Order: sequence, then C-alpha cells, then structure tokens
Amino acid sequence: MSALADRGEPQRNGPLIQISHLVKNYQLGEVEVHALRGISLDVQHGEFVAIMGASGSGKSTFMNILGCLDIPTKGTYILEDIDVSKLTRDELAHIRNSKIGFVFQGFNLLSRTSALENVELPLLYCAMTNTERYNRAVSALDKVGLADRVHHFPNQLSGGQQQRVAIARALVNNPSIVLADEPTGNLDSRTSVEVMGIFQELNRQGITIIIVTHEPDIAQFTRRHIVFRDGKVRSDKLNPVPRVASEVLKEMPVIDEEAEE
Amino acid sequence: MKTLNILRSAFRALRRNKMRSFLTMLGIIIGVAAVIAMLAIGQGAEYSVKQQIASLGTNVLIVFPGSQQQGGIRVGAGSMTTLTEADAAAIEKECPAVAYVSPGARSGGQAVAGNLNWGTSIEGTGANYLEIRKWTIEYGEFYSEQDVKGAAKVCVLGQTVADNLFPESSPVGQTIRLRNMPAKVIGVLSKKGQNAMGQDQDDIILAPYTTVLRRLSHFPYLRQITVSATSPTSIAEAERQIRELLRMRHKIESYEQDDFTIRNQSDLAETATATTEILTILLASIAGVSLLVGGIGIMNIMLVSVTERTREIGIRMSVGARGRDILSQFLIEALVLSLLGGILGIALGVGGSLAIAKLAKWPTIVTAFSIILSFGFSIAIGLFFGFYPARKAALLNPIDALRYE
Repeated sequence: MSALADRGEPQRNGPLIQISHLVKNYQLGEVEVHALRGISLDVQHGEFVAIMGASGSGKSTFMNILGCLDIPTKGTYILEDIDVSKLTRDELAHIRNSKIGFVFQGFNLLSRTSALENVELPLLYCAMTNTERYNRAVSALDKVGLADRVHHFPNQLSGGQQQRVAIARALVNNPSIVLADEPTGNLDSRTSVEVMGIFQELNRQGITIIIVTHEPDIAQFTRRHIVFRDGKVRSDKLNPVPRVASEVLKEMPVIDEEAEE
Repeated sequence: MKTLNILRSAFRALRRNKMRSFLTMLGIIIGVAAVIAMLAIGQGAEYSVKQQIASLGTNVLIVFPGSQQQGGIRVGAGSMTTLTEADAAAIEKECPAVAYVSPGARSGGQAVAGNLNWGTSIEGTGANYLEIRKWTIEYGEFYSEQDVKGAAKVCVLGQTVADNLFPESSPVGQTIRLRNMPAKVIGVLSKKGQNAMGQDQDDIILAPYTTVLRRLSHFPYLRQITVSATSPTSIAEAERQIRELLRMRHKIESYEQDDFTIRNQSDLAETATATTEILTILLASIAGVSLLVGGIGIMNIMLVSVTERTREIGIRMSVGARGRDILSQFLIEALVLSLLGGILGIALGVGGSLAIAKLAKWPTIVTAFSIILSFGFSIAIGLFFGFYPARKAALLNPIDALRYE
C-alpha cells in the first residue's frame, strides 16, 4: 500500500505546490539581505526534485519556506490549495505536522531519546492512541530498514542510520511532501547513495520529495533539477534518466568496517 | 499533546539532569519544610503559652462585694456585706458558662506548731479551689466536700508556711494551732512562687471556707467568690451571667449600680495570644522568603534549560508542535519540579517538626492548614516562575530555534 493511498486526499489533479513571485528579505544588522528575489514554480504530485545552487543562492531559505518553518516577505505559496503565506503560527504548526516531513542535514534527532521515540515525536502533536502511535513509528522505521534498531539511541547509531531515523520521522505522518535539506551533507559517499536509495524507493511508492543539495552527483538520483542563483531560478530541467541508487551501490567498492573485518 | 505524555516527557527531561533537578528542587524542599516547621513551632509556642496562661488561671473571675459608702466616704472594694454562701451556690447552679465556684473567706493570724510560729493569712476556700487556680498538692491531700460541709478542723499549708513551721519534719498529719483552733495539716501545696506584684503566693494556709467563717473569723459574709469560666473564651459570657444573676438576687433596680465587682485577667491572655500569633506570622514570613528564593531557583534553571534545549524546541516545532505545546511542556516541567519539591518538603517539614518536638522538647503542632498552604504555595510558585521561561520557549521562531548553536 503506498503512502499516497493512505492519505486519500481529494485534490489529485492540481499541482501539489504553486509558488509565485516569492520574495524573502532578511535584516542582518544594518544590511538588508535579499535571499529570494521572486521565485515562481510548481511541483506536481509524485515528483522527485533536486534544488541546487552555490551557498548563498537562497536554496535553503526557499526550503525553509516550503517547510513552513519560515514565512515569505512577499508572494504566495499554495500547498494543496491552501495559501500557506496567510496562516497563523498555530495553523503553520498544523501544516508542518500533517503535510510536511522535514529531513535536515544535521539529522536533528533528540539526543538520549530512542529511535522509536524520535520517530513518534510528530505523532505526539496530533490525536492518536499510544498503540497506534507505536505501530506507525515501528512501520516507518521498518520502511527505512531500521526495524532492528528501534530502541537504540542516536549516539549508538552511525550517521547513515541516524539520517534514516530522521527520514522515518519525516514519513511517519504520511505527509504530502518530504523536504530534505542537504540530507547527505554529513555522510560519506556510500552512505549518501544508500540514503538516496531510500528516497528513490519512497518516491517510487508515490511520495513527493524535494531535496536541496550542492552536489551534482547526488542530484543525479532525482528526476528534476532546479538551479538557484542569487535568489532566482536560473534553470529548471527534467532529468530523463536518473541514476538508480541500488545499481550504483553494487558498483561501489565496500570500504567500511565490513571490509576490514 | 496529551497531558499524560507531557508528564512522561517532563519526568524524562528531569531524569536526564538528575543532580540539577534535585538541587533545583532543594530550594523548594527547604522552603516548604521551613514554612511547615516554622508554623509548627509558632503554633506550638502559641499553644504552650496558652497552657501556661491557663495555669495562671486566666479563666478565673473573682467576685468581690461592692464598696461601702458611709456619708460620702467610700471604704473600698470588699468592705460591703453583700455576698453570701447562697450567692455562691446560685452561681454554681444557674450560670452555664461557669465551671467551678469557690466561696472565699479570710482570716489573718498566727499559726503555731510546737515552739515555732508564723504569721500568715488563712484563706477559706471551697473543695475545688485547686482546680480553679490550677494549683496542685505536693504531699498529702486537699480537703474534701465533706470537710467543707462539716467545717472540719483541717488545713493545707503553702510551701513557705510549711518551711517555717516544720523546717525538719513532714507537716502532713501534724496538728497546728490557728489562732485558738487546733487544725490537722492534711497536705502541702506545690510551690507557686511570686505573683506579678512580687507577693509570695506560697505564704498561705488554706482551710475550708466554712471553717474560717464559723470557727475563725465569725463573720457571716463572703470576702470573695472565685469562679472559673468553662474556657478562656467564655470569660465574658460567664461575667455577664454572674452579673445578671447577682443583680436579680440582690434586687438591684436597673438605675442602681452593682453592689459587687467582678474582676478577670483576660487582658493578659489576649496580649499573650496576640504576641505568639505575631511570632508565628513572623516565623512563617521568614520561611516564606526562602520558598520564594526556591521559586526563583526554578525560574533560573528553567531559563537555562530553555536555552540549552533551543534546538530541541526547534525540532519539536518543525514536526508540528504549536507554541502552546511547548509552553505546556516547560510549564509542566516546572510544575513537576515544584510539586515534587513540595511533597519532599512536606515530608521533611513534618519530620523536622516531630524531631524538634522530641529533641528540643519544644511543642510543635503541624496543622493540615500549614500543609495545604505550603503545598498550594509550591504549585503557585511552579506556575508563576515556570511561566516566563516556558513562554520564552513557546515564542521562539522555529527556524531560529533550529539554527541555534
């Protein structure tokens, strides 16, 4: 059963995300920073998008606005027919809780808290019985291949495993979209490919995924490349033949602990 | 987020920093314990002062006959011949606020025992005089109702008299001569010491008032009637009842003045009670300050905790926690701290009060009121001092909180 089918929401025809003339300005001391200078783009259901660009190009700011963690200065952001730019703090929290799964570069897991409880975290903020919460968290961990690490603490897990916990946390609420900000930034190349493999598998199941990355290699696993420069979209191209993570992994030399044993 | 889950995560957060949580609670523990112990000590003091005053006989009323007036010269209180044995009997019978009545007579004179003699005052009283004056017998016994009825030739000596008449032997069972009457000594009073005026209260011989009236003074009227009210608080009522009764018995018209005087010592009792109440309030306020300091400790630690856990707050917000979820999380943590502290403080305070009572022999009274008060106070302090840090956390911007290093 795909994650999309779980949601069962009505608006399958329109775009998932409609963004027009999005502007974001920061006040950094005396200086006003123009992070986004008018972005307009749509994302359809089931897409797998990479947002690329040099640091300072505005891609992370854009991601934070997509994730409802930040609000735009001007412009509109419509997520599943809801104009997010007009919502209150509490309404935004509800959107983050029910429609968005966020994966961070630094994993952002709660320390001294088990993998299971980290994954349960989003479910604590919506009405649910303890049993249902437990079952959903376990099944999300199972999806990312960590069924046997449920009670481990983050400091007992490798970087790749921690990121998989974070992905499970992003998935647990059956969100409309998974956003990942430099998900492979803190991982070695093999683990990066593994994580991208998980994203590809989730996308195959119908989940819309947007990742931010500055590594072209990583972007090759996605199906659409949007390049940002100086707060504007410089190019927006489809990637007709994405690399397949599972195949790449077979060709990669095994260099970690298993080889040394 | 359900309260139970918040509670669980609050406990987990506090367990993570066991030492710090305990030290934070210590402020509340000491504050609550101090409030309870101080109130217990204060109330114990109030109680024991009341007891001591009661032992002085503060619920005692003394009825004197009125002053005599002869052609513009007033002779002074007690000179009139208005109080009778029947009056005393009527007071005992008809005034419900009165517990004991002892008719009083007096005769001065020399007491002689063998070759020693001592001039003292001989007080005639009822058989219940000791109950009224909260006095006790050291050796022997006091005279009975039977002795009073029969005007028995018995007496009880005050310590001073006993020391002077019988310096080497026990007076009990000996016979002494009061004026011309031989009287058997049946008891010796315990030492009472001086009264407020510096008079030696032990320089006295007590005898049945009937004996004094009929065999010594040969005077048919009472010098006074000593009355005790049923409790220190019913003194005024007893006084009113006695006044009404005596005015009626003496057929005094409403425009006429009393032909008797009623005196009491309730002023002393009121002053002493007020003093100990002030003492209790003072002690409790000092303890209250330490409770307040404990509360500030909670606020301090919660502020540190909010700063330390800014990232955690950001993570929680990024997965959908609303401001009020964060607010209740931190508020409940503060509440759990202060409640646990309060409970431990109550245990310590009650235990400490009992220990003080046992070791220092100081009466302490732990009241339900003081427990409820300090428990309520610790909840209020948790809410009050937890609110500011919790609100600070709740108002964080998700993106700023996530980026916090």
